[in-house]
Amino acid sequence: MSSIISISGVTKTYATGFKALKEINLDIERGEIFALLGPNGAGKTTLISIVCGIVNRSSGTVTVDGHDIGRDYRAARSLIGLVPQELTIDAFETVWATVNYSRGLFGKASNAAFVEKVLRDLSLWDKKDSKAITLSGGMKRRLMIAKALSHEPRVLFLDEPTAGVDVELRQDMWAMVRRLREDGVTIILTTHYIEEAEAMADRVGVINKGEIILVEGKAELMRKLGRKQMKLELRAPLAAVPDGLSHYSLELSDDGSQLTYTYDNQSDRPGVASLIRDLEAAGIQFRDLDTKNSSLEEIFVSLLRQEP
Amino acid sequence: MTLRAAPNFRAVWAIYRMEMARAFRTVLQSIISPVISTSLYFVVFGSAIGSRITEIDGIAYGAFIVPGLMMLSLLTQSISNASFAIYFPKFVGSIYELLSAPVSYLEIIIAYVGGAATKSIMLGLIILATAALFVPLRIEHPFWMIAFLVLTAVTFSLFGFIIGIWAKTFEQLQLVPLLIVTPLTFLGGSFYSIHMLPGIWKTITLFNPVVYLISGFRWSFYGKADVSVGVSLGMTLLFLAICIAIVAWIFRTGYRLRN
Ligand SMILES: Nc1ncnc2c1ncn2[C@@H]1O[C@H](COP(=O)(O)OP(=O)(O)O)[C@@H](O)[C@H]1O
Ligand SMILES: [Mg+2]
Repeated sequence: MSSIISISGVTKTYATGFKALKEINLDIERGEIFALLGPNGAGKTTLISIVCGIVNRSSGTVTVDGHDIGRDYRAARSLIGLVPQELTIDAFETVWATVNYSRGLFGKASNAAFVEKVLRDLSLWDKKDSKAITLSGGMKRRLMIAKALSHEPRVLFLDEPTAGVDVELRQDMWAMVRRLREDGVTIILTTHYIEEAEAMADRVGVINKGEIILVEGKAELMRKLGRKQMKLELRAPLAAVPDGLSHYSLELSDDGSQLTYTYDNQSDRPGVASLIRDLEAAGIQFRDLDTKNSSLEEIFVSLLRQEP
Repeated sequence: MTLRAAPNFRAVWAIYRMEMARAFRTVLQSIISPVISTSLYFVVFGSAIGSRITEIDGIAYGAFIVPGLMMLSLLTQSISNASFAIYFPKFVGSIYELLSAPVSYLEIIIAYVGGAATKSIMLGLIILATAALFVPLRIEHPFWMIAFLVLTAVTFSLFGFIIGIWAKTFEQLQLVPLLIVTPLTFLGGSFYSIHMLPGIWKTITLFNPVVYLISGFRWSFYGKADVSVGVSLGMTLLFLAICIAIVAWIFRTGYRLRN
């Protein structure tokens, strides 16, 4: 059994009647970093909350390391650490008390040395006797991470881990994620930034409107998603793309005044320079040029178009 | 199989300890405020009314009101402790951790209700000690006195827990104690014997469950009761059973805890 989490046929309809998840099937492999990528409202938090036991699923089954999250919830949940999206913390407890409480809640014997290590790794040791209410936003987020790691989880969920987080914490967090992965911890993070999925994940699942649109290795996905477009405003309209340029994927606007070149910015030879040389050779002049990454929205649109 | 059935005692202990730590953090407030209010009751009721009513059922008025005073605080504090303890994490969102932890509903309830009940029992004993400074006390049935104290604290902590789960706003959290429990307690014979009431009111009062608690509790002190002790005990257990039934239903449905 290689997958550590297996989600099959999971749906969620909230009490309001809103269908947040439609038939989710997803397997997370042991030891991987998996990014769940999707726009706000896609259902990322709902899906994570179901696996962690915070939200009841409407149908389907989920197993964590072979343990059903319903029948065998103790075994399933004790493997999981969760860092939620919102900073929700009991403000009046000290850092030390809060983190030890989390460890006890998950049924682990107290272990001051381990908790100290977690706090030191997250630069929280100096604050161990401070109340949560006195911590800055960044420190609070570190505390949430410390709570999730306090009981030595085998699977760590990070819900939008870098939303509103400063550069230093972001880097610390990525360093921590890599260390955990080396220890064999499986990490699932949600994000609505492609760059974040790109920087961290081994595999990426794209979710939109409660459906997983595709699951792909990162390299493969970036090849699909990492496309760039260059728009050229022509001095004189063209009737058609000249034959000599047909090996480029060029698109001519209806009035012939604009050429759009779509290329893969991950490739070693994106062909921008050669296209410009060839345009010159063909005597085609342009007034202006503009390049841009395809936005997440455009990517979703194109992915949705590809899917039958 | 055995592993997954194993109860998570460490979680119960962690929650209980956290709840107790919360009380000890505000230890001055938790001790001083009942001491002051008890003293005030003695000044107002004991001295002012006590000069008119010297004794009831052969018990000095000041001593007569002690069990009622303890019950009054026990009921209101059990409810407010337990309802707040579970409402607060719901309100700030930190309940996610409880819901994602390998704990059963039963363990959650034992920990929270145990914490709330312990606090209100301690409060009851503080009131008792304060009262002893003002009036001579005697406790004829110490076992039953402790039994009524614990049963009432647990029952009303459970009741508070239910309110805390049900409440969606702070207003709702305070509504039940304010509109129902406080009037029932004041009309429950804390400061008088229900035999002193005119005919029809005496009958109406018998529908007030608090009457049975106070009567039974007072019997454990002085051996005198408004209604028979067996009935008092029965009513207390009945109310406990009702609370347990509601909580069991919450277990099964996940009512207002999990979406
Ligand atoms: N408790 C709830 N009741 C009703 N609808 C909800 C609830 N929680 C979330 N939703 C809706 O479900 C959808 C998915 O939400 P969410 O899982 O939080 O998305 P994401 O995390 O991808 O931004 C959203 O449209 C949201 O409004
Ligand atoms: Mg979300």
